[in-house]
Amino acid sequence: MEELALYIHIPFCKSKCYYCDFNSFANKDEIISKYIKYLIREIKLYSSTMKDYYLKTIFIGGGTPSFIEGKYIYEILEEVYKHFNIDNLEELSIEINPKTIDLEKLRIYKDIGINRISVGVQSLNNNILKKIGRIHTTEDFLKTYKLLRKVGFSNINVDLISGLPDQTVESILSNLKIVNNLEVEHISFYSLIIEEGTKFYTWYNKGELILPNEDEERDMYHKGIKYLKSKGYHHYEISNLSKEKYECMHNLFYWKLKPYIGIGIGAHSNIRGLRYWNTADFNKYFAYIDKGRLPIEGNETIDKTMEMAEYLILGLRLIDGVYKKDFINRFNISVDEIYGEVLNKHSNNGLLTIDGDNIRLTEKGIDLSNLIFVDLLPE
Amino acid sequence: MHKDKQKRIRNFSIVAHIDHGKSTLADRLIEKTGLITAREIHEQMLDNMELEKERGITIKLKAIRLIYKAKDGEEYILNLIDTPGHVDFNYEVSRSLAACEGAVLVIDATQGIEAQTLANVYLALDQDLEIVPIINKIDLPSARPDEVKNEVEDVIGIDCSDAPLISAKNGINIEDVLEKIVSDVPAPTGDIEGPLKALIFDSYYDSYKGVVAYIRVFEGSIEPGMDIEMMSTGKVYEVVEVGINASKQISVDKLEAGDVGYVTASMKDVKDARVGDTITSHKNPANAPLPGYKEVVPMVYCGIYPAEGEDFNSVREALEKLQVNDASLIFEPETSVALGFGFRCGFLGLLHMEIIQERLEREFNLNIIATAPSVIYKVKKSNGEILSIQNPTNLPPESEIEYMEEPIVEASIMTPSDYVGAVMELCQDRRGTFKNMEYLEETRVVMHYELPLNEVIYDFFDALKSKTRGYASLDYDLKGYALSELVKLDILINEELVDAFSIIVHKDKAYERGRSIAEKLKDAIPRHQFAVPIQAAIGSKIIARETVRALRKDVLAKCYGGDISRKKKLLEKQKEGKKRMRQIGSVEVPQEAFLSVLKYDDKK
Repeated sequence: MEELALYIHIPFCKSKCYYCDFNSFANKDEIISKYIKYLIREIKLYSSTMKDYYLKTIFIGGGTPSFIEGKYIYEILEEVYKHFNIDNLEELSIEINPKTIDLEKLRIYKDIGINRISVGVQSLNNNILKKIGRIHTTEDFLKTYKLLRKVGFSNINVDLISGLPDQTVESILSNLKIVNNLEVEHISFYSLIIEEGTKFYTWYNKGELILPNEDEERDMYHKGIKYLKSKGYHHYEISNLSKEKYECMHNLFYWKLKPYIGIGIGAHSNIRGLRYWNTADFNKYFAYIDKGRLPIEGNETIDKTMEMAEYLILGLRLIDGVYKKDFINRFNISVDEIYGEVLNKHSNNGLLTIDGDNIRLTEKGIDLSNLIFVDLLPE
Repeated sequence: MHKDKQKRIRNFSIVAHIDHGKSTLADRLIEKTGLITAREIHEQMLDNMELEKERGITIKLKAIRLIYKAKDGEEYILNLIDTPGHVDFNYEVSRSLAACEGAVLVIDATQGIEAQTLANVYLALDQDLEIVPIINKIDLPSARPDEVKNEVEDVIGIDCSDAPLISAKNGINIEDVLEKIVSDVPAPTGDIEGPLKALIFDSYYDSYKGVVAYIRVFEGSIEPGMDIEMMSTGKVYEVVEVGINASKQISVDKLEAGDVGYVTASMKDVKDARVGDTITSHKNPANAPLPGYKEVVPMVYCGIYPAEGEDFNSVREALEKLQVNDASLIFEPETSVALGFGFRCGFLGLLHMEIIQERLEREFNLNIIATAPSVIYKVKKSNGEILSIQNPTNLPPESEIEYMEEPIVEASIMTPSDYVGAVMELCQDRRGTFKNMEYLEETRVVMHYELPLNEVIYDFFDALKSKTRGYASLDYDLKGYALSELVKLDILINEELVDAFSIIVHKDKAYERGRSIAEKLKDAIPRHQFAVPIQAAIGSKIIARETVRALRKDVLAKCYGGDISRKKKLLEKQKEGKKRMRQIGSVEVPQEAFLSVLKYDDKK
């Protein structure tokens, strides 16, 4: 038996945020119920093939899972429980938006076993929230947060973004201070990426979107991390911090290259040496499932060379880095034999710390991690 | 009988400025004479190479035989000899014109005469060809055929009163052109019984036949089994095959005075059948070759190096393959401190250079780095030694140089008169000496300048186009060498001299060029983990400095299960980009950087 993580994609939102390039849609409310039916059928399709796995974590992401009715979440998880081994299920997360959540939904979540809530907050400045297309305010978040505690959730994540328009080091630090005072268990602290296909991308390229410059953004990131660390948060991944023992187990599956499957449109899976992904198109998704087959659209075989590269690329995202002995245990070959030259180069460059058995990014290495990752990719 | 056949032969070329419709007209003539059907014409029959099509330029010339039944009831053999349309290939143009009795001059009814039209017409007139003017593109709304006719009459002095008005593109009045060729182009003369004299006007290498030489027979005849002699080298070969080019190559029993065709004789190298050479009979040789043979000499040189990860040998093999069909391309191995092993290559001109570079990349899939083009400088050292320098790196130290000379060209620039000021400014800026200016008509002038070739090969052409909104055209010829105060400009990246960027410039231009190169490199070199200083220097004196700021951030903030494939693609793209970089010391320099320093800067 091997442990497994399950991702469930809910691609619906009340409205699309300006920076968001996720596979999510506003104004597709009429197909929500149909989508849930098919999602449930996809879960069934997996039942027979997952006998040698047990679920360790489930993550319901989006989109905005809290946007759809609570009963749907209930039905989905009920179906999962029927078909998967959940004897060792430990972490069950859902993403919510402060504007689309209420007491009733939270109670349903609690009833069906959800034990971790991830709140998309992004900023605690109302003018910034408006500028980036969020539908909620700081006050909405604070209200939601109280509700979460009231219902009894004891593992809460808050997403925050640095490098947003009008943001300053001071404003981000004051946001973090609030979050710290609320004693949230987990903080995802991202730096903004301008993704293709977003409104931000268009505006940015037209020169209509003014963002903090690189130096300012790095300043926000490093000062933010420093502050949170001083308050007892554990910086465990490039963009993630948590109170002790509250690291997101589900995401650790990704970074540690452990098996996971994703269901729903556009969801990715990585299991048994194969990475594959579902179609991102609703109609194709429905059609595949109607034919009784998994809605898979593409795949990539991860050969050993690629797996070793990914192991390091993803593993080095963790602040604790990777261990040479883990590498040799997994691949039966020493990391130095294959990557010695690259690792030494970047150790000399000041991007990596090689400390006996342990390899990890330096502070500068975090900022410039792609320089290392590019060298790790196979030719 | 034979004399009778000769009377029905017409050997002609089409001359035109680029884009004036030469190749399209050739297609129409081919179509009209029923050699092949319209369906078989892939756009432009005569332009074989992919690159030629893209650039709309004919590089290698070819000949094709058309059969035309004229209105007088006779069947005529029309040999159409295609010519390259660019100044770099002037010599090839002159040789193919030498194979003809007439030239069809295509003039765009909307544009009128351009510098290259004139240059080619003069080449044709030099060969005493009958010029048959044709006004093309008459169906365009902006066509002004009468004005253009007047212009041709005024400028070239040929009668245009009954010049066919055609549209090659839409097939209008094509028959008029054919009739004109029959009536106006003289039939060849030449003694069929005399000693063989045949002019090579093109050659290429065929892996089955060896070198195939295109020839025009002027005297005597040539047939398989005959021993022929190349008059420039004295080399003797036995003819294997002679033939003509119709829709495909057709072998014939013999070619006689007046004929155009091809010959194969187990020649292994295109250098054995040099354009312009005369073929004669080994047994019964002609007493003198046909006039005009000259060995083509490269005017422009540059270094060609394999990019990172590319193999030196594959670059050499590719150059060798290109050379098989291009006797004017020369190369020899050289080494650069910055770029390692590569080749110094010589070209007829800038276009020739660009074409070769593109073919290396496209046809051979090679990643190459080309250094800045250079001309050949003559250096007289204080010890009396005279050097020819085509690689700036080889320039001796200033203290050892008594004087230097640089090549000068005679340039004619044709431009609408509105841009005279802009052109003068440009030529002055490029150290030109004004010779004279002629008005072709009220609104068009041709300006004659003497310009240093090293200014022309820099960004002159782009600058000229930019300053005249694309209306000006340029033609030039090497005039000779002149004394000049030249210096070597070096570029240092991260405190290290990069020899591949060194150029020789006039001392008055050194500061400006140094600054401009440093600025361009600053934009072209990606940011590194550390700040990268870029300096321009003459000797030990730094004359310009820029800095590529250190990279602060190159990180994927988010990477979860669904992102991995996509993020990996981003990294792969980044890695691919790195492959096109050249590691110079600790700095990665993209191939584009080498190009960017040569490009005309519109902002100036």
